[in-house]
Amino acid sequence: MLGFLERPVVVTADINLNVVALTAVGLLSRLWQLAYPRAVVFDEVYYGQYISFYMKRIFFLDGSGPPFGHMLLALGGYLGGFDGNFLWNRIGAENALITQARLMLLESVLIFFNLLAVLSYLKFANSQKQRPFSLRWWFWLTLTGMACSCAVGVKYVGVFTYLLVLAVAGVHAWHLIGDRTLSHVRVLCHLLARAAALLVVPALMYLLFFYVHLTLVCRSGPHDQIMSSAFQASLEGGLARITQGQPLEVAYGSQVTLKNVFGKPVPCWLHSHQSTYPMIYENGRGSSHQQQVTCYPFKDVNNWWIVKDPGRHPLVVSNPPRPVRHGDIVQLVHGMTTRFLNTHDVAAPLSPHSQEVSCYVDYNISMPSQNLWRLDIVNRESDTEVWKTILSEVRLVHVNTSAVLKLSGAHLPDWGFRQLEVVGEKLSRGYHESMVWNVEEHRYGKSQEQKERELELHSPAQMDVSRNLSFMARFLELQWRMLTVKSDDSEHKYSSSPLDWVTLDTSIAYWLHPRTSAQIHLLGNIVIWASAGLATAVYALLFFWYLLRRRRCIRDLPEGCWLRWVLAGALCAGGWAVNYLPFFLMEKTLFLYHYLPALTFQILLLPVVLQHVADHLCRSPLLRSVFGSLVVAWYSCACHVFNTLRPLTYGDRSLSPGELRALRWKDTWDILIRKY
Amino acid sequence: MLCATSRLLAARTATALPAQPRGRGPGARCRRRELHFPGHPEVPLGEFLAGRLARSSVSASRRAILRRGRMPPAVGGGPAGSELRPRRGRCGPQVTRAVGPDVAAEPAARSPKRPARGSRRFEAAGRWALLALVTLLSFATRFHRLDEPPHICWDETHFGKMGSYYINRTFFFDVHPPLGKMLIGLAGYLSGYDGTFLFQKPGDKYEHHNYMGMRGFCAFLGSLLVPFAYLTVLELSRSLPAALLSAALLTFDTGCLTLSQYILLDPILMFFIMAAMLSMVKYNSCADRPFSAPWWFWLSLTGINLAGALGVKFVGLFIILQVGWNTISDLWHLFGDLSLSVVTVGKHLTARVLCLIVLPLTLYTATYAVHFMVLNKSGPGDGFFSSAFQARLSGNNLHNASIPEHLAYGSVITVKKLRMAIGYLHSHRHLYPEGIGARQQQVTTYLHKDYNNLWIIKKHNTNADPLDPSFPVEFVRHGDIIRLEHKETSRNLHSHYHEAPLTRKHYQVTGYGINGTGDSNDFWRIEVVNRKFGNRIKVLRSRIRLIHLVTGCVLGSSGKVLPKWGWEQLEVTCTPYLKETLNSIWNVEDHINPKLPNISLDVLHPTFPEILLESHMVMIRGNNGLKPKDNEFTSKPWHWPINYQGLRFSGINDTDFRVYLLGNPVVWWLNLLSIVLYVLLGSIIAIAVQRGAHLPAEVEGLSQVLLQGGGQLLLGWMLHYFPFFLMGRILYFHHYFPAMLFSSMLTGILWDTVLQLCAWSLASPFLARGMYAAGLLSLLLGTAYSFYLFHPLAYGMVGPLAQDPRSPMAGLRWLESWDF
Repeated sequence: MLGFLERPVVVTADINLNVVALTAVGLLSRLWQLAYPRAVVFDEVYYGQYISFYMKRIFFLDGSGPPFGHMLLALGGYLGGFDGNFLWNRIGAENALITQARLMLLESVLIFFNLLAVLSYLKFANSQKQRPFSLRWWFWLTLTGMACSCAVGVKYVGVFTYLLVLAVAGVHAWHLIGDRTLSHVRVLCHLLARAAALLVVPALMYLLFFYVHLTLVCRSGPHDQIMSSAFQASLEGGLARITQGQPLEVAYGSQVTLKNVFGKPVPCWLHSHQSTYPMIYENGRGSSHQQQVTCYPFKDVNNWWIVKDPGRHPLVVSNPPRPVRHGDIVQLVHGMTTRFLNTHDVAAPLSPHSQEVSCYVDYNISMPSQNLWRLDIVNRESDTEVWKTILSEVRLVHVNTSAVLKLSGAHLPDWGFRQLEVVGEKLSRGYHESMVWNVEEHRYGKSQEQKERELELHSPAQMDVSRNLSFMARFLELQWRMLTVKSDDSEHKYSSSPLDWVTLDTSIAYWLHPRTSAQIHLLGNIVIWASAGLATAVYALLFFWYLLRRRRCIRDLPEGCWLRWVLAGALCAGGWAVNYLPFFLMEKTLFLYHYLPALTFQILLLPVVLQHVADHLCRSPLLRSVFGSLVVAWYSCACHVFNTLRPLTYGDRSLSPGELRALRWKDTWDILIRKY
Repeated sequence: MLCATSRLLAARTATALPAQPRGRGPGARCRRRELHFPGHPEVPLGEFLAGRLARSSVSASRRAILRRGRMPPAVGGGPAGSELRPRRGRCGPQVTRAVGPDVAAEPAARSPKRPARGSRRFEAAGRWALLALVTLLSFATRFHRLDEPPHICWDETHFGKMGSYYINRTFFFDVHPPLGKMLIGLAGYLSGYDGTFLFQKPGDKYEHHNYMGMRGFCAFLGSLLVPFAYLTVLELSRSLPAALLSAALLTFDTGCLTLSQYILLDPILMFFIMAAMLSMVKYNSCADRPFSAPWWFWLSLTGINLAGALGVKFVGLFIILQVGWNTISDLWHLFGDLSLSVVTVGKHLTARVLCLIVLPLTLYTATYAVHFMVLNKSGPGDGFFSSAFQARLSGNNLHNASIPEHLAYGSVITVKKLRMAIGYLHSHRHLYPEGIGARQQQVTTYLHKDYNNLWIIKKHNTNADPLDPSFPVEFVRHGDIIRLEHKETSRNLHSHYHEAPLTRKHYQVTGYGINGTGDSNDFWRIEVVNRKFGNRIKVLRSRIRLIHLVTGCVLGSSGKVLPKWGWEQLEVTCTPYLKETLNSIWNVEDHINPKLPNISLDVLHPTFPEILLESHMVMIRGNNGLKPKDNEFTSKPWHWPINYQGLRFSGINDTDFRVYLLGNPVVWWLNLLSIVLYVLLGSIIAIAVQRGAHLPAEVEGLSQVLLQGGGQLLLGWMLHYFPFFLMGRILYFHHYFPAMLFSSMLTGILWDTVLQLCAWSLASPFLARGMYAAGLLSLLLGTAYSFYLFHPLAYGMVGPLAQDPRSPMAGLRWLESWDF
């Protein structure tokens, strides 16, 4: 990776440190007292937790990114050493990057792969000029693809760098197509090779990450509830313990629990209990006063329902069992109260536009029971498909009113024990998961007598077979949940907005020594942030200036130099833009460390601009030497700031309140000062 | 058809021309103007040829107008088309089509196709007649049964109501800019509607109220979409059949038809979008005559229409992006043209800045000026706006009011959240329920004026009545420690380390104490934002924060709605995060203190820019507030192009008069197919060109139309469609219609090109002509027939629903998700 330095574009005139020295400095600054502090720092809380999940092979779900990064950390932990030396930084004095790299967080891994992707693409582009299809060429090309998929695999934000690399590769490919010295076949080969390395390989690797992830975490854990019943059943322990050995096909007489597929606000099961709807609601509307039907987020004996054939009396499964199929008319009998699931033209308690769902109680007041439901298997393959445990997603359509059984998402008031409201949706405006249910627990009912049946309901279901989902199905479901899981947009003490990042108007306190005031902050080296920002602005200005002048056929730069200038800008300034601007559109809680990938690209741009100014804008030797000395002054200034802020980066020294106050250069920095 | 084939033949005949020497020269301008018409199918070939032949002697300095396109081949012997390569397909395709090395053109075809002067006039008349026919058909379909149903349909309840507000001059709030509703109001006013109809809910009968003026106005604008599309496509492709096809697609689309027939913003919005597109394309055609009268006319018309589009809905921003992109690339080419001096380029730039930025902004601002001038009475929108804003509205209690200026101890005040649409600090005699923090009196914010919003400012350490005349007046100053006592219940504003009811990370705020005696948790430090300690606190103008003394948290409101027990008022919390956000800033609105002199509130009168800014802030907040609910079915952007599900405009049951907004599936699916086909064909051609493949002249011309004209339309479609994927607000099916207009125009161009390409590949001209005509006719007739099938969707259905075999629509429910 350090070979990146050797590219003519980046080597600066004044800092002629050799590669070895740089590596040494980089390693030193990052590994310095790495074992310190021996306490959990900030998000290490979460990531450490995830790692221990890996160690215990427990399933978990994190909305921020795919599992690769977590796995990598776990691997690092597993090998007993922390892999902290991957972050290379030319300047070697960037406080924020050091802080972030030293601690066990994902950003540094992401930055590493981002840079690796860009570097190997540049290497590849170079070897493209010399010897296409050579071993080197293939190596760098594949490495680009792999680094990209690793970056995406660490955090979804990596996708922006991937897109950037793809875009640059696309432009290059377009030029290749326009190269008429190449034969058609050769162009085709080039395109296919790129497609394979940059599209197919990353996709496969991404799948591989999930494959390893799902193989590793095969036990149920705290995040099971978010996933579908089928997914849960595929994990060891948890639901699988219950569902194993259940009969697959639901038959007349089956005892089932019905889980809502949508499961928001919380996953829950169709439920009923002895209490009835209040005669009159608080707002004066009336109800049917029949038995409540709700959705209940906990396992309970009242979640059991019996599927009954309307034409026959018994509540047990006949021998042989008669399976229920798509389109069949069924009745659902509540196991503990033996009342029938019913809906009628009465407004639901909280959603007056929908129908109330109740368990029918015959008050003999000319309100007949309407308890026939048509089974509609949503994910059926044929129209005669059998209702399957866990696998079938069904809608229950009321025969009389064509209302669909639906979880409205509202919490009932105290009279409904704060359980969730279930309604009959009359105007079914298309498919929505809140109307879809699946059987989770299932057994063939054997007891005709109510007393025996109650006993049967209380006893756990038998088990003998396990039912496994294919990898692709599990992958797709997990992927979908990861992308759609909503993190609560709670504000955090150290959260910040993207606008604060460029000017470093924010900091994150990572750790405070329990007794002294030694502390670790994520805080940038303000000189470097400012100059990196400046470099970006200068680059943009110069770029447009040159572009406009070239348009008028005034060529300030030789062609090769211009192309390098554009490429460097596209990768570095582009890398900054794609890693920064999308945050403006995101609605989640943002922290300063989200900016670090962008910052890395910005810092890469800095030497490019310095070099350019020295080579092309400082015409006279005098100017050049003045500029050189300015750079040296700037560099020592950066070093000085680094040194000053060092206690906050390493947290190795306890500072007096006075010193801390002196370090608080900006009012917005949250430096913790103990009150004694 | 005739025109098309004549052009086809003209193209072939013209190919025998000698190669064009390349260069610059003074003759160019007139030549280009000539060339402009030669492109037209109806232009006589003779004159066209004459023009071209005369040109071959043009001197060497004539590259001026050829700003666009690839560099011409290095040698002068290249095809003349390279020199004449057009700016984005304005007229060039025909030129390039007309020239080329294909010398095999049949001279035999030449003589019969040379039209006389009379026939030229005849063709021009024919062209006008065709336009008239298209327009007429469009008006006929849109105005047919416009009065049906005579009750409120769908969003008419909003926009009709807002039209009435303009007529009654009462102030209201809406998330869209005012122009569309103002026009509706104007149309109603002019047609004699008196603004008395209440527009309460969909389904209400209009009875004697005159609603036809407003519907007629919308239908009028909606009808104009078709001729606009026709002219745009004609301008882009120079092909009458393509234009005709696009116009037919739009005329026969039940969705466009339905959307144009009611009092809605969409016909107005689409009118401005299409008008802007048309004038942009027209102005592109004038590019060879910069600064001429038509050039200025179309340029400024573009600007005016942009202002219109943005003034109706913020979606108008997308067409602004399109015009902006077009302008930038245009300027870029002008700038690259070395024959133009920098000063000339500067003039071009200035003209565009004037017409496309300054003019639209002025007009847009002017609509707001009119809006605020017309709506000068207090109405339902007051509460959304700040106190200063409300003081403008007659009928509002802040209008012409006078109150004491500086806060003093003993003053009775109301405290309003600075953030809009949150309301006043409020408390009432109800406790927080069991299990939610401490069981003390609730404190909320409430949007409406109420006695329970009144608070008394007291000193933190004494309970003496400061209004006692024996005490001197003591002003409250920035940094003072105060106590706020609720006037009705005599409880103090209080906070403590219990979590707030909804925002768990904040502290709970309650009313505590008896008759003003509480504890030290009732003490708050009052601070004015951006002022020095010790300053007095001004009514309305001071932005204040209340900081809880014991916990150090700031009084704020999360904007979350409390459940039933809190009467669905908004949550008030004390936030430990001290960042200065609008959530924690308040101002004092009402102020009663008999010991202080009153001053007039006119000093507060906000300036026009302030009002403008504030109303935009409120609109943006309103738009962001329209979030979809989790457990409801919502329309997703990917549903739209496949016509997945429509919208019920009127009626549900089989006895109702039902109108269902749904695109004509034949048209929509053809559009969808065309986009895919276009992308495929476009990439193939682009790659072929990039590989240096030598296209025959005919194909070259067609591909120019396809890539440039079609490209603009594809861009329009993408700009009006893809941004919706990023929007968090609730979306509806009708949001797709602007994009659908572009997609229909693209379909017209694509199929015309594809048919011409097929025809070209056939050897015999007779067969070619036949197949072209047959293809076009089948498309036109197919669309018309599908309209015949689906027209009840738009014009209304009564009787059984479509799943019933007795229904007139039986068998037409091609997708399960269509519920008509």
